Amino acid sequence: MSDIAIRIENLGKLYHIGERQGYKTLREAITNIFTAPLRKFKEAAKSKDEALNYIWALKNISFEINKGEVVGIIGGNGAGKTTLLKILSRITPPTEGYAEVCGRVGSLLEVGTGFHPELTGRDNIYLNGAILGMEKQELNRKFDEIVAFAELEKFIDTPVKHYSSGMYVRLAFAVAAHLEPEILLIDEVLAVGDAAFQKKCLGKMGDVAREGRTVVLISHNMPSIINLCQRALLLTAGRLEKEGHPNDVVQHYLDTVRSASGQIVWPEAAKAPGNDIVRLQAVRILQEGIDGPAADIDISKEVVIEISYWNLKDGALLYTAIWLRDQIGTVVFSTANTTSVSLTDDPWYGRPQPKGLFQATCRIPGNFLNEGLYSVTAIVGRGAADTQILQDYAISFHVHDTGQMRKEYFGGWIGIVRPRLAWETKYTG
Amino acid sequence: MNLNRNRTKRLANSNTILIRPLRGWVPINLSELWAYRDLLYFLVWRELKVRYKQTVLGITWAVIQPFFMMIIFNLFFGRFVKIPSEGIPYPLFSYAALLPWMLFSEGVTRSTNSLIANDNIIKKVYFPRLILPISGIVSPLVDFGFSFAVFIGLMFYFGFGLTIRILWLPVFLMMALITALAVGLWLSAMNVRYRDVRYTISFLIQFWFFASPVVYSSATVPKDWQLIYALNPMVAVIEGFRWVLLGTNPPAFITTVSMVAVLAILILGLFYFRRMEKIFADEV
Repeated sequence: MSDIAIRIENLGKLYHIGERQGYKTLREAITNIFTAPLRKFKEAAKSKDEALNYIWALKNISFEINKGEVVGIIGGNGAGKTTLLKILSRITPPTEGYAEVCGRVGSLLEVGTGFHPELTGRDNIYLNGAILGMEKQELNRKFDEIVAFAELEKFIDTPVKHYSSGMYVRLAFAVAAHLEPEILLIDEVLAVGDAAFQKKCLGKMGDVAREGRTVVLISHNMPSIINLCQRALLLTAGRLEKEGHPNDVVQHYLDTVRSASGQIVWPEAAKAPGNDIVRLQAVRILQEGIDGPAADIDISKEVVIEISYWNLKDGALLYTAIWLRDQIGTVVFSTANTTSVSLTDDPWYGRPQPKGLFQATCRIPGNFLNEGLYSVTAIVGRGAADTQILQDYAISFHVHDTGQMRKEYFGGWIGIVRPRLAWETKYTG
Repeated sequence: MNLNRNRTKRLANSNTILIRPLRGWVPINLSELWAYRDLLYFLVWRELKVRYKQTVLGITWAVIQPFFMMIIFNLFFGRFVKIPSEGIPYPLFSYAALLPWMLFSEGVTRSTNSLIANDNIIKKVYFPRLILPISGIVSPLVDFGFSFAVFIGLMFYFGFGLTIRILWLPVFLMMALITALAVGLWLSAMNVRYRDVRYTISFLIQFWFFASPVVYSSATVPKDWQLIYALNPMVAVIEGFRWVLLGTNPPAFITTVSMVAVLAILILGLFYFRRMEKIFADEV
């Protein structure tokens, strides 16, 4: 008996994109037959373009997964994660290489595949179960358990079109959670349902892993990758970039997605926002431990917002301020380098500044912001409250959760900020 | 971790699945098809349940359509045009043909659209794709059962009785189903790539209708044309139904030719389907 569940060897998948991607019609196919000789000439000239119409969604992928191992696959959009899972599920064949899968495979590329809105919850359990590869007897046996897991006893004979989206997802996941394959392939299905139900699902999934089943999991939820998986694979543009301990791979991924953005620079003073008193030169997002600007921030690390400006008037008294906005534009906080606001004493606040380039920095502690997208509004003003520059949404950055606060709970954290605060419980009676 | 161990050695285990590129012709895996029979059952069951849900008349629809067609045919072809019907009352003559014809045309239409209609599950789950066109020909069988019951009533009304020939009915019924499947295999696979197939289908069915002896008798076709005519398997099916139920001349020659024709279309269709199968999930 081999201890390997999945072995992948030089796997590759070529996709055709571009003009021929759209639905081909019979008419086109027939006219093609007649225009083929003419096309031969054109093709010689076009062959260069043709090559551009193909894309390797996966290329030279080789790895092995042991029995009972829980492996996470991460990577950006279009990195080939889902294609890999589709090949392992036999939904689409590879173009080259091969994969060997040892054991009964259950794949969950989405929950509720084949659900029909007109049918009742009961009917859909059977239908969806059969589509996922369960047999009728197996479904009969597990039916009550599935209904109980979904907490839908009262509505089981109601057509699912009358369900709320939460109920729909609960039913769908309940069926999926009762699949008992030896190898489970899961694509990003944890992103559904309310927090309590997500937790229940993750618990169920943890059980699956403990039962010694092999699990391959795609997720954008880095905390769940770190906490559930023993190993992680990073795919980048169809290639296996890194594999190893989830902590290292997630860290590597977050490092690589830190793109060149994370800064906005106006090289020419004349075109920069501002006036003849002061003009912006750059706004940057910096992170402790990383060289250069970064648009993706580790939630546990300090974030530094740097505003550079040209002072064009000798002896000006200037202040710098920031509004930090969340994803929907709510101002999370506003802050400035004025004496009573700043935690530290800014040496250039309230002091006449000579002409030249200045660089103001503001430090936001780690474990303070929540995960998500934040935008910076950069403000430079004169005197007490005489705003000269107000550059709204000058730059945005993403805060990523890396799992430090996620050992017990994986669901979403409510709140615009997520500070780490001191807690203590006392026994008083 | 044994990442580099035994890289070249294949996993030696009986339930290991090898996933590799599919090129050219792919064999047909009947045992796998059998293993997925529960899925076939549920797909047919869903089809029927959804179709008759929220309809006032429900399953009576299965009877209304052939019944009214029979009345109209009787009026125009039987009374006005007076098409010869081999001495059989025209309503029975045309209804006996409509039974397998409706089964066939519904089966072809449904199986042709089966892949596109189920694109969501094709893209998300693995199962033998052949299940889908097969479910397309199976579900009209229920309608067939109901309209057949009406036909039996009609037979007794006109003073006809069932004979031992009824034992031959399953043969012709199977032939109708297999013909529908054979055509459905070709068209469903083509439909994934060429979306005009779905517009062609109603035209094709209409054309086929007149190339089959539904409103007329195959005896009206000239002798020299009989061989070519018999290449249409529905000729044998319809004449077979008339022979079994109404005692017209047994269509021995036609059936032999038709059987060869239908087997050829089926086997080629199966291979064509399997060959195209690999693109389904990417293009449907």
